Amino acid sequence: MIEQLLHAPAFWLAATLGIYLGATRLFLASRRFALLNPVLLTVTLLAILLWLTGTPYARYESGAHLVGFLLGPATVALAIPLYQSRDLLRRTWLPLAGGLVAGSLVTVLSVVAIGHWLGLSRPVLLALAPKAVTTPIALGITAKLGGATSLVAVFTVVTGVTGATIGLAMLRLIRVHDDETAGFAMGLSGSGIGTARAFEESERMGAFGGLAVGLNGLFTAVVLPLLMHWHLLPLR
Amino acid sequence: MTGAFTLLLVFQLGGMAVTRLTGAPVPGTVVGFLLLFLGLIAVGGPGRRLHRAASTLLDNLALLFVPVAVGVVNQLPLLARDWGPLALALVVSQVLGMIATALTMKLLMSLIRRRPARGAVPETSNA
Repeated sequence: MIEQLLHAPAFWLAATLGIYLGATRLFLASRRFALLNPVLLTVTLLAILLWLTGTPYARYESGAHLVGFLLGPATVALAIPLYQSRDLLRRTWLPLAGGLVAGSLVTVLSVVAIGHWLGLSRPVLLALAPKAVTTPIALGITAKLGGATSLVAVFTVVTGVTGATIGLAMLRLIRVHDDETAGFAMGLSGSGIGTARAFEESERMGAFGGLAVGLNGLFTAVVLPLLMHWHLLPLR
Repeated sequence: MTGAFTLLLVFQLGGMAVTRLTGAPVPGTVVGFLLLFLGLIAVGGPGRRLHRAASTLLDNLALLFVPVAVGVVNQLPLLARDWGPLALALVVSQVLGMIATALTMKLLMSLIRRRPARGAVPETSNA
């Protein structure tokens, strides 16, 4: 009986939804403590459940992929928050463009260079490269470039949690005090999780974080394949 | 809701068609995102229904990539072996990226603020 349930795709769909709901509740109850990130918690609990029941990932995926199918339309829907912050973009376009190009290039090149220097393989480096990009776009980029997609979400979520945890303290250290710069830096290097942290400081900081998420997603999706094409990425 | 959802799917498919036809190595969904953004500028903003459909999806965005993320169970040996280099690459690039973003922006912001507003008389001539 239990054996049959574990083989039903609906079971894994239900487990994904149920555990995610529980993890989100816990995260909210902890007043959004970054280390209790719902994705990190859900993935860990599901991994333990798979291990306890001896379920291979392929069987889990046959049920849960229904959720993942919505990732495509959700990525397209990112256009709406970007459209809503177009006034911020128009008024401060020069600093934003400069911050975007500098921050995005430094992130991508440094993560790949350090990883390469420390001997990581090509599929892993291609999963690391878009690590500061919002997960749905990062997944698309890594898939397109032939990297290890199953690592992408771990890297982006760890990046977001790190950014949300140390970001504001670091910005104070380099004497960044205005909400525009702090918010944009938080969103650019910590994507959605960094932006959520910025919103806790102020609406304005959060709005610039959201803007950075959209712009960095677009920029990296175009630039990363070009860098690779021109052999500017130290890959093996 | 259904119409708005269909619209998002149409833009996704449009983006995929563009990448297929041009051979551009950009994810089709990202091209769809850009096309919708340009479309919204052209028509002057999303309607109420599109806005609601987008909010529903984006409010649950984190749930949508859980199934792919669970694929990490197949990568545990790799993570156990390479966690040191991975952590170092992730953290150092994060610090560098953040500093690069913030300092570039700070510099350009101060340039903009120093420039007098149009029509305004500069207070000092040697500024």
